[in-house]
Amino acid sequence: MHEFGVTENIVNIAVAKADEAQASKIIQINLVVGEMAGFVPDCIQFYFDSLSKDTTAQGAMLHFELVPTQLRCRNCSTIFQPKDTLWSCPKCRSQSIELSKGREFYIESMEVE
Amino acid sequence: MKKIEVIQNILEANETIARRNQRLLDGHNVFAINIMSSPGAGKTSLIQQILTRLKGRLNIAVIEGDVASTVDAEKVQSDAKAVIQINTRNMPESCSLMAAMIESALKDIPLDDIDLLLIENVGNLICPSEFTLGEHKRVVISSLPEGDDKPIKYPLIFIDADAVIINKMDLLSYVDFDIAAFRHCVAGLNPKAEIFELSCKTDEGIERWCSWILAKVKSNATKQ
Repeated sequence: MHEFGVTENIVNIAVAKADEAQASKIIQINLVVGEMAGFVPDCIQFYFDSLSKDTTAQGAMLHFELVPTQLRCRNCSTIFQPKDTLWSCPKCRSQSIELSKGREFYIESMEVE
Repeated sequence: MKKIEVIQNILEANETIARRNQRLLDGHNVFAINIMSSPGAGKTSLIQQILTRLKGRLNIAVIEGDVASTVDAEKVQSDAKAVIQINTRNMPESCSLMAAMIESALKDIPLDDIDLLLIENVGNLICPSEFTLGEHKRVVISSLPEGDDKPIKYPLIFIDADAVIINKMDLLSYVDFDIAAFRHCVAGLNPKAEIFELSCKTDEGIERWCSWILAKVKSNATKQ
């Protein structure tokens, strides 16, 4: 739903970094996307193809590394992955839970030439 | 071919503008609240209540975010010092307000004459959780007819909230909403969030909620 603007950001960041590295073409952009982050890789890919046109990012491959949700119990510090929608600690049953991984949304690296 | 390390947050562009918005607001001593909920939970009613209750005590401006129409802006027009309607329909993102939209709306608000800025986000429990606007506090409203499972289904927006409002308390005897279960779930996700039970229809709980706003505005003003 809101992937247009973020894809624009991806193209801008990638093109600027390629310029800094004096690269003429971006081959691949490696993105890290958390499972809980509200961004859909297919939508990003869709917008990327048109937004990257006539830039050094045109034709680049987008590679998404998806980070599964990881939770931490505030009561007993157990790290776990949610089994269902209600977050509760598998060890002590506490529902005081914090999200430790799964909101990532960044460009990790790029392959350029 | 070579590999270059980037490690750059993709939402940084929005966050940079949000920080700029907050600096501008702080420079004019304006406290901003971002109000989020699903459509129909009572964002506009809550704003109307705040305007009525705090009239004469605070000068309030409102930014209304909607996909289309000016109906909400018209509802709050009479009591607000300034009202700006943002329609997101023709913008690249229509599902949430973004910092850049607020930056441009702030140009039309007489910031020196304002103490409090209420920002009504687009009715949506998903997208607004990804975008900060420059607000000082984030408020999420859940209303009884929606059911008590919203924090389970949409945890992110509750994780980042400073206050959570349970609205439409006047309907408690008509709907199956387990207040204790809702509170337990919100507290589990976000122990720092303050929870308010109220009804914009009957005024129940409004006084306590407005006291919270007044206290926050005051403590922010002393900080400047």
